Amino acid sequence: MGLKENLHQTKLKFQGKKMAPAFNAIHTFLYSPNETTHSGGHVRAVDDLKRTMNTVILALVPCLLFGIFNAGYQHYSAVNGFPADFSIMEHFITWDNFWLGAITVLPLVIVSYGVGLAIEFVFAVIKGHEVEEGYLVTGMLVPLIVPVDTPLWMLAIAVAFGVVIGKEVFGGTGMNILNPALTIRAFLFFAYPTWMSGDKVWVHEGVERAGTADAISGETILGYLAQNKGAEFSYSLSDMFFGFIPGSVGETSAFLILLGGLFLIFTKIASWRIMVSAVAGALAMGLIFNGVVAAEWIPEYSKFYGLMEFEFWKHLIVGGLAFGIVYMATDPVTGSQTNKGKWIYGFLIGFISVMIRVFNPGYPEGVFLAILLMNVFAPTIDHYVVRGNVRKRMKRLKNATILPKPSEGQAEELKVETA
Amino acid sequence: MSKTIRIKKGLNINLIGEAEKTTSKAVSSNVYAINLDDFHGVTPKMLVKQGGEVKAGEPLFFNKEQENMLFVSPVSGELVEIVRGSRRKILTLKILADKTQEFVQHKMFDVKEADAETVRAFLLKSGLWAFIKQRPYDIIANPDATPKAIFVSGLSTAPLAADMDYVLQGKEAELQAAVDALSALTPGKIHVSVGSNGSPLAQLSNVSVHSVSGPHPAGLVGTQINKIDPINKGEVVWTITPQDLVIIGETLLTGKFNAERVIALGGSVVKSPKYYTTKIGAEISTFLYAAGVNQEKFRLINGDVLTGSKTHPEGHLGYFNNAVTAIPEGDDYDFFGWNKPIFNKISSTRALTFSWLNPKKKYDLDTNTNGEHRAFVVTGKYETVFPLDIYPLQLLKACMVKDLDEMEQLGLYEVAPEDFALTEFICISKQPHQQIIREGLDLLHQEIG
Repeated sequence: MGLKENLHQTKLKFQGKKMAPAFNAIHTFLYSPNETTHSGGHVRAVDDLKRTMNTVILALVPCLLFGIFNAGYQHYSAVNGFPADFSIMEHFITWDNFWLGAITVLPLVIVSYGVGLAIEFVFAVIKGHEVEEGYLVTGMLVPLIVPVDTPLWMLAIAVAFGVVIGKEVFGGTGMNILNPALTIRAFLFFAYPTWMSGDKVWVHEGVERAGTADAISGETILGYLAQNKGAEFSYSLSDMFFGFIPGSVGETSAFLILLGGLFLIFTKIASWRIMVSAVAGALAMGLIFNGVVAAEWIPEYSKFYGLMEFEFWKHLIVGGLAFGIVYMATDPVTGSQTNKGKWIYGFLIGFISVMIRVFNPGYPEGVFLAILLMNVFAPTIDHYVVRGNVRKRMKRLKNATILPKPSEGQAEELKVETA
Repeated sequence: MSKTIRIKKGLNINLIGEAEKTTSKAVSSNVYAINLDDFHGVTPKMLVKQGGEVKAGEPLFFNKEQENMLFVSPVSGELVEIVRGSRRKILTLKILADKTQEFVQHKMFDVKEADAETVRAFLLKSGLWAFIKQRPYDIIANPDATPKAIFVSGLSTAPLAADMDYVLQGKEAELQAAVDALSALTPGKIHVSVGSNGSPLAQLSNVSVHSVSGPHPAGLVGTQINKIDPINKGEVVWTITPQDLVIIGETLLTGKFNAERVIALGGSVVKSPKYYTTKIGAEISTFLYAAGVNQEKFRLINGDVLTGSKTHPEGHLGYFNNAVTAIPEGDDYDFFGWNKPIFNKISSTRALTFSWLNPKKKYDLDTNTNGEHRAFVVTGKYETVFPLDIYPLQLLKACMVKDLDEMEQLGLYEVAPEDFALTEFICISKQPHQQIIREGLDLLHQEIG
C-alpha cells in the first residue's frame, strides 16, 4: 500500500529529529504503530490509550449533537416563545436549530481542540516525548461545559491556561492533579464571572440583546430556584430529563448522559464505582436538605429555601451534576486510584456538589468546584486506603516468627569467641 | 492440612497452537549451551577452561558470591566456546556433546534419614541447587537461609504452557525422593498445589497438597504463596518447579544428573505442536523443524509468551524452561487500528473490542504492542487480573521512583516479575511492568540484602 510505505519512510527520516513527536502523532493517528514487544511479555492486549480516549469521545458525541440542536431551540424559543404543543421532530430537530447551533457550538469545539492540541504538540516537541492522548477528551469536554456564547478569545485563553498550568507543568497527561477541563472551566468562571453566570448567558444572543427591546432571558432551573422563584419556570419533568432546558452546551440532557454513562460502564472504560457512589452522595445530601425543610428548620423566605425544597432526586437531572459525575469525576488521572477510594471520592463529589449548589446562590452550580476539591483530596484518600493494606502487612509481620539464618548464629558465636 | 484455593481475578489468554499430548524424542543436539542470563544475579567464575572436557553433571562454574554453589554441565563433551560480551562478561557456554554420554557418579545417601547439612551439601555440589529459587528477590536461593516453607506449583495456567499432569506422568518416585530430601531443609511445610486429583503430585506424602482452580495467574507460585502463607519481611520461601523436582529426585535416586525433560512446543506458527523429550541446553532447531513451521518470520520464545525470553532457532533451550513457543511477529502498521472494531485480538475492555463475547475462543496473537508507551493513566484495571493482596499500580510506581520504604511496605518481597505479566499484558499505557519489578527487586536486594 502506497500511503503506508510512504509514511514509514517519512517516519524513518524523522527518527531522532526534534519534530519526530509531531509527525508520529499524525502517523499513529492514521496507523497503529508497527512496534513489537521487546521486554517482558511477548504479547499485549489490544487496548491502548487512543482507544480508551476514543471510547469516551464516542460517549460524548450524543451530548454534543443534542447541545447543537438545543442551542438553536433555546434561542428561537426565547425569541418566539416556547411552542405550546412541543414535538421533537417539529420543534427540536429542525434545520434552523441545527444551523444556529452549529455556527455557535462548532467554533467552540474548533478553538478548544486547536489551541489545546497546538500546546500539546509544542510541549511534546520541546520535551521530546510522544503526544499523549489526554487532550482528545479534554478538548471535547470543554465546549460542552461552557455557555453557548462564550467569546472564542476567552475560551482560547482559558484553554491555554488550563493545559499549561493545569497539566503540562505537572508533566503532562497522567501527571496532573486537577482535571484540565474543569481547570479551564474554573478559570473562565473566576476570570470572567459575568460571562459565566446570570440569566443572560445560557441562550445565544442573550447578552447582546440585554437591555434592548428584544431582550431575551434564559434563566436556568437552578437560577430560578436560587432566587426562590421555583414556581416561575414552566419546564416539565420530561423537559428536565431529556434536556430541553437552558444550560451549558452539553450538560442539559440527563437522558443522553445516562446513556453515555451506561456505555462507559459497559465498555469498562469509566469507573462505575465513582458514578454510583456520586449519585448516592447527591441523593443523600438532597435528602438531608429535604429533611431540613420538612422539619421546618428554615423559614420560607430564607434564601436557601428554594433549592433546599427542591426534591432530592431532581438534583440529578438539572444543572451539570449528571454530566460532571459521568464524564469528569471518572477521570482516572485526577480521581481516586484505589477501588475503595473511588467509593469515598465519588460519594463526596455528589454530596459536596449539592451542598455547594444550595449554599452558593450566586452561582448555583457546585459540581465543578466539588470535583476540583475532591481532585485535591483524592491522593489523601488513596493514601489512607493504601496504608490500610500496609497496616495489614505489618500486623502479619508482628505475628510471624522469623527464622534465623544459620550463618548468623555462627557469626554471633564467632563474635563472642573473639571478643 | 490442605486448602482449596479458588482464584477469581485473572485472565486466561487462550492461544492457537496448544501442544498435542503426544511426546516424541527430539534428535539429540550436537552442541548444548548454557545461557548465563538464566541465572539472575549469579556472577560466574569458570572451573573449566575453553577446550576442557566435562562429564554430564560436572561443574562448569561456580557463583562468585557463594563459592560452594556449583553449576553443572547437562551433557558430557568438550567446552568448545565461552561467549563473552562487553567487559568480558560471560554470556553463553557451548558444549560439543560426546557420542556416548558419561555421567558423574555422586555418592548416594538415604534421603529419608538425611539431615539438613547432608542434603544441602549434596544439592550444592551436584549443581541441583540452581533449581531452587527464593523469594524475596526471585533469585537462586541463598543456601545460608532457612526457608519458612517450600512451594511447588503443580498446575500451569500460563498460555500454551506444558500440562504438568501430562509431563509428570510416571515420575512419582523421583518427586517423592526430592520432597523427602527437601523437607530436611525447612522446619515448615512443603506446599504443593495441584489442578486436579489426577496429578502425580496429589499422591505425594510428606507434603501439604492444595487444590487450586481459576484463571491465570492461579498457576503461578506467587499467587499460591500469597493465598497460602504470605511472605513477611525477613522471611524466605523457596520455590521449585515440579519438573526440576524430577531432576533433583532422579539424581538422588541414581546418583546421576540427568538433564532430560519433556517440553511443550506450541504456538500458532508451529505446524504440529506437541511435546518433545530433550535436554537442557539443546539447540531448539533439533525439534522445532521436526514439528514444522508455517512461516519464515516469527518470534521464537524460550518459555511461554508472558514470561519467556526471545530466542531464535539456533538458540538453546533455557535452563529452567519447559516450553518453547513460536508466534507471528507483528511489525506491521494497522490502518486506524486504534478506533476500528477488533475481533481477532484479546482485550480487557469492551471498547469496540469483542473478545468478551466468547471467552473460550482461541486467538492468534502476534508481538505487536497495539499502541505506544504512555504514562500511567487508567486506574482500577490491573486489580481485575491481579489476585494478590497487593496494590499493583502503587507498587509499580514505588519501584519506578525507587522508594525503598514504600516498596517494602507495599509487598515487593512477595512478588516476582512473572506475577506482573498479566497486568503488563492488559496495560493500556504499555508500560514494561516485569522490567520495572525486576529492577525494583534488584535495587532492594542490593540496598537491603
